[in-house]
Amino acid sequence: MDMRIELVPGLVLKNPVLSAAGTFGTGREFQPYGDLASLGAVVMHGVSLRPSGGAPQPRIVETESGILSAVGTPNLGVRHFVERELPGLPWSDVPFIPSLWATNVDDFSELSSILSKEEAVAAMEVNLDCPNDHRDGRKFCLNPVTAARAVNAVKREASGKPVIAKISPQAIDIAEVARAVEAAGADIIACSGSVPGAAVDLADRRFSLGSIEGRLSGPAVKPVALWCIRQFAGIVHIPIIGMGGVRSASDVLEFMLVGAAAVAVGSANFSDPGLIFRNVEEPPALCAELGIDDLSSFRGGLVG
Amino acid sequence: MTTPIRTELSVADIVPFGQPLPGRDSRYGFYALTLEKPEWKSWQPGQFIMLRPSEGRGRMLARPFPICRVTSQSLVLFFEVSDPGTEELSRLKSGDGVIVWGPLGNGFVMDSERPALLLAYGSGIAPFAGYADMHPAPERLSMVFGHRAPNSCYPTDAMASRMYMEDVLDRTEKEREMFRRSMLSKLEECGEAGGVCLACGPMWFMSWVWENAGRLGVPAQLALSSRISCGIGACLGCSTLTSSHWPDEACAGLPVQTCTSGPVFWASEIDLSEYAAERSS
Repeated sequence: MDMRIELVPGLVLKNPVLSAAGTFGTGREFQPYGDLASLGAVVMHGVSLRPSGGAPQPRIVETESGILSAVGTPNLGVRHFVERELPGLPWSDVPFIPSLWATNVDDFSELSSILSKEEAVAAMEVNLDCPNDHRDGRKFCLNPVTAARAVNAVKREASGKPVIAKISPQAIDIAEVARAVEAAGADIIACSGSVPGAAVDLADRRFSLGSIEGRLSGPAVKPVALWCIRQFAGIVHIPIIGMGGVRSASDVLEFMLVGAAAVAVGSANFSDPGLIFRNVEEPPALCAELGIDDLSSFRGGLVG
Repeated sequence: MTTPIRTELSVADIVPFGQPLPGRDSRYGFYALTLEKPEWKSWQPGQFIMLRPSEGRGRMLARPFPICRVTSQSLVLFFEVSDPGTEELSRLKSGDGVIVWGPLGNGFVMDSERPALLLAYGSGIAPFAGYADMHPAPERLSMVFGHRAPNSCYPTDAMASRMYMEDVLDRTEKEREMFRRSMLSKLEECGEAGGVCLACGPMWFMSWVWENAGRLGVPAQLALSSRISCGIGACLGCSTLTSSHWPDEACAGLPVQTCTSGPVFWASEIDLSEYAAERSS
């Protein structure tokens, strides 16, 4: 069965399975566990203009409901990324997509200007789903107007490379944000299912995470992610990358049935480094079992 | 460094150490877990593996374990039950399947010419079993081992037969003081003999070794494993702050991933002063 997906002209994926930003490093980390070239695309870790030390420890805790994390995009800045991390990646075999993280629109613009010149970069993800307002710690990108400004800033400097707007399920009106980023020039929307959360350590009488608040991911958030996609799948006219609690081939197909063109595997990559590669191998057999012979007609084909 | 592999292995045996814990339904606090031998080309003491129950079972995150020893037939791990994940692993039975990826990270230096002082605390003794097995001149090894649980809870027998070993209980303030005095005296001897110190244990203990080995000018390697979640540098959850002596200037003074840049670090190349300050406060 042909699993290829043309997300936008010039960005063709061998299959609809991608990694989610911040869960797959640069991709190199997973090379011992599978063939990167078998993936639809590699969405890489977050990159900021300047080095960032990341969030205080502890950054990750396991809860009964999933993984709670507040990592804070630790990275050595875009220059280091371009000079030391991009070279040597098998970008002619699989698209590599860095995830841009900034605290203001100007930084988003500059990041885009630097990364769009790199041949190894197939597209750029604008992370609108991280705490990214340096003024008061709130997410300015929850607002459709500012989210659109950030996307537009990246798009203007993208030199024609596709721009993915990763929007947050925390937006008050997620459909409104989706419409706004589409109008601002986003080529693709990615929607994260991770939700805010906190955990406490009873013995120490402290919050478990150094940043107190984190993001909950894992199977518990899959219904949130599916709900999010339903909110805007029929409203926007650009492809959607769904993510949130994806662990199996059936999860991949569920997201596609709700309207996702492609599906990203996130925190499950921490549970087992071989899992994403199985999620590439297994969907064709499941499609055959379910009588699906054409992914494009299956996508968004919910009955009722 | 050996390329790690992900492999599904079966449990050969799981053996509790020490006595059942009071009030815990006859559960033990320490276990040696023996798995069938993975097809590794090589490994080094100090390296670790990630382990989780087989597909569809268990909690979301695997657990990191230092490699205790590898025999002709098996991979042996030693662990303490410290959270719901290790509690679940303690319920594995012979024949159960597990997923393992490793060997991960780097290992301890091993030099037949240079004396090595091994400092271990609690289940941090695990990597030194394999170290003692593989060392070409075990007569040059000595160990100070501190622990809160009874001695029978730890796999000390084979090590005690291969090297000088000082075993110190650490349950009271007085015992803690004795433990520190023993380590200090051995660190001074190690420095005078031109030796190297290798340490493994909880963070308060590692920061003590970091501080005192640095003060005495004794070269030391520390195996840090706390907060490792994925083991391969993807989750960015584990981090260790580097010092100005870190070999890659671009990362000097910045956090690096413990799992991929370590877990064994030269003490002079990292900065544990935050933990040292926490310990003394």
